[in-house]
Amino acid sequence: MSALAILPLRVSGLGFRAAGAAILAEVSLTIAAGPPMLILGPNGAGKSVLLRLLHGLLAPSTGHIAWAAPGAQAAQAMVFQRPVLLRRSVAANLRYPLTLRGLPRAEQARRVAEALALVGLEGLAERPARALSGGEQQLLALARAAACRPQVLFLDEPCASLDPAATRRVEEIIGAIAARGCKIVMTTHDLAQARRLAGEIVLLHRGRVMEAGPAATLLATPRTPEAAAYLRGELLC
Amino acid sequence: MATCIWIADTAAAGPEPPGRYTGGVQDLTAAFHLLFSGDPGMLGIVAVSLRVSLSAVALGAVLGLPLGAVLAVARFPGRRGVVVALNALMGLPPVLVGLLVYLLLSRAGPLGAWGLLFTPGAMILAQTILITPILAALSRQALEGLWEEYAETLASFGAGPLRAVPTLLWDGRFALLTVLLAGFGRAAAEVGAVMIVGGNIDGYTRVMTTAIALETSKGDLPLAIGLGLVLMTIVLAVNALAQWLRDVAQRRMG
Repeated sequence: MSALAILPLRVSGLGFRAAGAAILAEVSLTIAAGPPMLILGPNGAGKSVLLRLLHGLLAPSTGHIAWAAPGAQAAQAMVFQRPVLLRRSVAANLRYPLTLRGLPRAEQARRVAEALALVGLEGLAERPARALSGGEQQLLALARAAACRPQVLFLDEPCASLDPAATRRVEEIIGAIAARGCKIVMTTHDLAQARRLAGEIVLLHRGRVMEAGPAATLLATPRTPEAAAYLRGELLC
Repeated sequence: MATCIWIADTAAAGPEPPGRYTGGVQDLTAAFHLLFSGDPGMLGIVAVSLRVSLSAVALGAVLGLPLGAVLAVARFPGRRGVVVALNALMGLPPVLVGLLVYLLLSRAGPLGAWGLLFTPGAMILAQTILITPILAALSRQALEGLWEEYAETLASFGAGPLRAVPTLLWDGRFALLTVLLAGFGRAAAEVGAVMIVGGNIDGYTRVMTTAIALETSKGDLPLAIGLGLVLMTIVLAVNALAQWLRDVAQRRMG
C-alpha cells in the first residue's frame, strides 16, 4: 500500500459520451474512506462506465476526477464482470500484478499465500487458472485484486453470473476486504445485495445520479419518487 | 508414393509398355536403403538443412515475434499500411530474396567484406529474411485477439501496451508454436534462396531441397527420392511434435 491516502476522491461534473450518445452526465460525488459504496441502477444506467472512468480506464468527456494523492493508479484495483485470467497458473496470476508493482519475491510469496487463504483456493495454486470453474475464476480475480492491497477496490457486478452459494461466499470475502480498511466501490443491479453490503448507495439512472447517500437513510426514506419506485422493485424506463 | 515414381520414371525413360516399371520399385527400395543405412552423404545433407532452417527460424523468431506482438498492441498512424505490407511480404518469392542477399554479399556488394557468400551463414541470412515477415504477420494475427481480451485487465494492473508485449508473447505461446511451424515449413521447403546464396556445394552448403533438384536433374532418382522422403519425414515429425506439445500444454493450461 502506498503511504499516501488517495481518498477522498472528488468527482465533479463527470460526463462521458460515446458515438454521440451521452452515457454519463453531470455525475458529482465524493468517495471517502469507510464502508462499501454500492452503485445501483438498471442495466444501461452507466454503472460500468462510471467505474471505468473512476479507475482511469476511460477518459472522461467532461468533468474532473481528483484523487487526494498523486500516483493513485497503483493504489487501486478492479475486478471485472467477466474476469480475464492470464493463461498461467493460479499462483502466477496472483503474482503478475505484484511483479508489475515491483514487489520483492519474498513479499510476493507472502501475499500470494495470503490471497489464496482469503478466498480458500489454497489447494489450487499450481492449477492452470483457465481450468477453474466460473465461481473459482471469480474468486481468483478477487484474490488477485486483493493481493495488491489497494486502498480502493472497484468491483463490477462481481456476482452477476454466480449461484447463490458462490454469491454468498464472494460477499463474505468482500466484507473481509472491506474490514481491512479497503474502500469497496461496487456496482450491482441486485437490490437485496445492496441492502446486505452497502454503507453508502449511489442510485444511477440514465447516466445521472438520481440519489446518493448513506444506505440506511436512502433505503428507508428515498427523496425522489423515481428512487422510491426503483427501491419498491418497479421497472424504471 | 508409387504413383509419383511411376510418373517420374515415365518422364525419365519415356513411354514403356505397362508391367515393366520395375525401375520405380528399385528406386524406392534404394531410397529406403539410403534412408535407413545412415549414408554419411545423406546424413550430412540432412544436418546442413536442419542447421540452416532451424537457425533461420530462431533468428526469425527473435526478430519477428516481438515485431508481431508490438504491431498487435500498438496504435499509430500508418499501422494499417505496415500490416498490409507485412502480409504482402509473406508471399516474398525465395529466388528474389536469394538474389537480394546475393547482391548484398557478393564481393562488390555492400556486405561483400563479410565473405559470407556460398556459406551456410548466407543461407541462414536469406531464410531469415524470407520467414521473418511470415512470423511477424502470423504472430500479429494470433496475438491481436489475445490483446483485445487482455487490454483492459493489464491496463488496470498499470501495464501499458509495451509492458504487455512480453506478457502476450508468453500467454500466446501455444498459438506462436504453430506460427513457428509455419516458418520452419517455409524455410525447410524452399529451394530458390539457398540455391542462389549457398551454391549447393557438396558437403558444405548442399541441403535437401537443392540436392533433390540436383539429383533429379542428374537422373539419380534414388537419392532424390530418399531425400524427398527424409524431408517429408522431418517436416511431419516436427509438426507432430509441436502439435503434441500444444495439446499437452493446452490440456494442462485449460
